[in-house]
Amino acid sequence: MTVIENNIKQLKNDLLQMWSLVIYQMEKARFALINGDPNVAREVRVNEKRVDAFELKIDMDSENVLLLNNPVAIDLRFVLSVLKINYNIERIGDYANAIAKVAEHASGPMPESILQSTHLPEMFFTAQTMLQESYNAFEKSDRNHLNILFGMDEKLDKPNRNANKTISNLISENPENTMMLLDALSIIRKLERTGDHILNVAEELIFYFDANVVKHSKLQDDIS
Amino acid sequence: MTHAEVKNVNVWYDTIHALKDVSLKFEPNTVTALIGPSGCGKSTFLRLFNRMNDLIPSFRMDGTVMVNNQDVYSKEIRIDEIRKNVGMVFQKPNPFPKSIFENVAYGLRVNGINNKAVVEETVERSLRQSALWDEVKDVLKKSALELSGGQQQRLCIARALAVEPKLILMDEPASSLDPISTARIEELIFELKKTYTIILVTHNLQQAGRISDLTAFFYLGELIEYNLTKKLFLNPDNVQTQNYITGRFG
Repeated sequence: MTVIENNIKQLKNDLLQMWSLVIYQMEKARFALINGDPNVAREVRVNEKRVDAFELKIDMDSENVLLLNNPVAIDLRFVLSVLKINYNIERIGDYANAIAKVAEHASGPMPESILQSTHLPEMFFTAQTMLQESYNAFEKSDRNHLNILFGMDEKLDKPNRNANKTISNLISENPENTMMLLDALSIIRKLERTGDHILNVAEELIFYFDANVVKHSKLQDDIS
Repeated sequence: MTHAEVKNVNVWYDTIHALKDVSLKFEPNTVTALIGPSGCGKSTFLRLFNRMNDLIPSFRMDGTVMVNNQDVYSKEIRIDEIRKNVGMVFQKPNPFPKSIFENVAYGLRVNGINNKAVVEETVERSLRQSALWDEVKDVLKKSALELSGGQQQRLCIARALAVEPKLILMDEPASSLDPISTARIEELIFELKKTYTIILVTHNLQQAGRISDLTAFFYLGELIEYNLTKKLFLNPDNVQTQNYITGRFG
């Protein structure tokens, strides 16, 4: 195996580890919120530092590969994609941390009535499935795992679009739950943003696999 | 308009089939890099344009090589006429053991141009084009062999430019130079392409990426891929090209 092959393999392993950690972070944040478990929430908050450390390491190692190995073709596309995926996965880690912070300071589990009205369990399921599918696509270099992602994003966008109305109605009905409902609104926003970051990741993976730039495709059509 | 074109060229050295049915077109004012492992045929290909392969006894070829709409291998054409139209710069600078001035003037004199004013004007223009004038204008009578390696290579480029060629061939022109001299040669190539068509053999893939518009990848005498340099280095069409440029060959 050549030096660059070794370095790229290492880079891939590090990113997969970080990605895997963020998948767990999101699951634990969900568990802590729904079950009102501050200990699990604190675990997420401690592990956030590991996510940040991974981000710094992957950034630095990517720069080293660019600088010292002069990658071209699929190697170049890999490193450029890793740099951007790294940023997006770290941001998802930040959202998991922020959700865990809410769970850490909550007085107990989020009530079932709020969970159902806000569709938070379904949103978690969608965001986590998207995160896992994007991981699978990268791990196996298999673009088939990406197809599902673009349709799934709408399942996060719709509750997010309705969130202001839903939350304001719930606040009117139960003003004593205002703080909890505002927390729910912020979590809805974070899960929707998680979906957007995963779509960014999917676009980077398409660039890595096929050298196609699909982001802002309308704008690109106009330019070309 | 095509400045140079090769059609269905095959080359043999004795029984070795060195180039296999290669066809390529070169547009004016472009730099084309020829890349590939040692022995793949890229230097043989380059030397088709000025018939330097003719010096090798075992060489034989078929196919057509055109420069400026002239068939380079036509029996009617004189070899010195071809070499006036096709300048060449080699891997190792090879100035003549003459003065700087006489090195550049050499091609003119060989072509029967001895008018002092014309020769002086051409020498100055060529040295300016090769970005050497400012460094040598006060020492033109000094021996060319006293120049540094990088300066000698730019002098050889000036010598090639003096006869106003249509096409410039470069066979690893910076491989024996330090990074600063290499950068100057690369800047020079970038400037020269505004006036000339350049074909360059290089083993330095980063150099091919930096200075060429198009890149041709040769392997075992075959042209595997000819593409825009940016495309070839980001997303080559051929898996053999990808394996070569990413170092996964063999």
